[in-house]
Amino acid sequence: MNTIEFTSLIGLGALVAGFLGALTGLGGGVVIVPLLTLVFGVDIHYAIGAALVSVIATSSGAAAAYVREGYSNVRVGMFLEIATTVGALVGAMLVLHLRVSIISIIFGVVLLGSAYSSIKEHSHSIADLGPDRIATWLKMDSTYPTENGLESYHVRGVPQGFGLMFVAGVLSGLLGIGSGAVKVLAMDKAMKLPFKVSTTTSNFMIGVTAAAGAGVYLARGYIDPGLAMPVMLGVLAGSLIGARILARAKVKVLRMVFSGVIAVLAVEMIYNAVK
Amino acid sequence: MDRADQRMDEIMGRLLRTGVVLAAVFVLAGGGVYLARHRTPVTNYGVFQGEPEELRTVSGIFHEALALHGGGLIQLGLLILIATPIARVAFSVVAFLYQRDWTYVVVTLIVLGLLVYSLLGGHG
Repeated sequence: MNTIEFTSLIGLGALVAGFLGALTGLGGGVVIVPLLTLVFGVDIHYAIGAALVSVIATSSGAAAAYVREGYSNVRVGMFLEIATTVGALVGAMLVLHLRVSIISIIFGVVLLGSAYSSIKEHSHSIADLGPDRIATWLKMDSTYPTENGLESYHVRGVPQGFGLMFVAGVLSGLLGIGSGAVKVLAMDKAMKLPFKVSTTTSNFMIGVTAAAGAGVYLARGYIDPGLAMPVMLGVLAGSLIGARILARAKVKVLRMVFSGVIAVLAVEMIYNAVK
Repeated sequence: MDRADQRMDEIMGRLLRTGVVLAAVFVLAGGGVYLARHRTPVTNYGVFQGEPEELRTVSGIFHEALALHGGGLIQLGLLILIATPIARVAFSVVAFLYQRDWTYVVVTLIVLGLLVYSLLGGHG
């Protein structure tokens, strides 16, 4: 296999990953690392570096669209980014010291968790519990567009959300993923933000979190141009195509299939690490 | 959300999009050069060696990119990509200053400081 074939194959894999990631809302980053390590035999450090770079690309691309629609809560996002960036720095430093088998096992467990959370039915608390002292002081309460015009909401549970965001940051820096699932969990469940606001604010934050981790990766030499190039371009193109047809697609079955694939990859990563 | 917030969101959206497009253009151009010159067997990625100095420091990357080396151009694109969310945070500092929202000026300055520290972390 020569370099052009190798690059094309990885680019194609990344394209499919980005496409499915955008359609299912799981993000393309999660399958890049298992794809590169299990299928292409790439060392996990290079794989994490390439994946994290692609996460910045898709998150910034998507956030550009959402921010303008007025869904994402910039203040909530900014405040929680303190927790995610500190977490990402801690995670990226941890990569330098943890054994590859340990990283693979953590990766597998996180993959299983995200596969599970994407297929189970979400229950959303719609009840507005009224203002909260910390959230009011931080001016987090806002409005978002609904079918009946702008609707206001109150933010709660800032300390719990902040703690969960730190965990999301560590996972992002350690594994090269966006950890959108943990971010949405923090805002939806702990902080009681409307679901649409949670998902778009999460997307808005992923880029900053990933940039914190990627800065460390770049400086430590984890980001290889020959590998990151097809991964970044492939995932970006795939996610743009995915976002285009998202409105027309029936994603339920697809999400089940994609979650199944992720679960298999997760088990294989753990198996390889333990073996 | 008041009008100042909304305007801020619009500029932020445009900033993010420009950054991603610019990064993709550099990565694509660098990829072309890289593939045209790199006809040798595939690099062995199975063993982690780490990138050479000139592909992991900001000054080294600029130097390599100006020499029109494929790897340097790709890394410059990736550097622009990493800088895009950082630019967004920097812009937020200015926007919150303009709104005289001191709490969030401090919040965004903390995030900005962490991000800059991360990029320069390799030298510390």
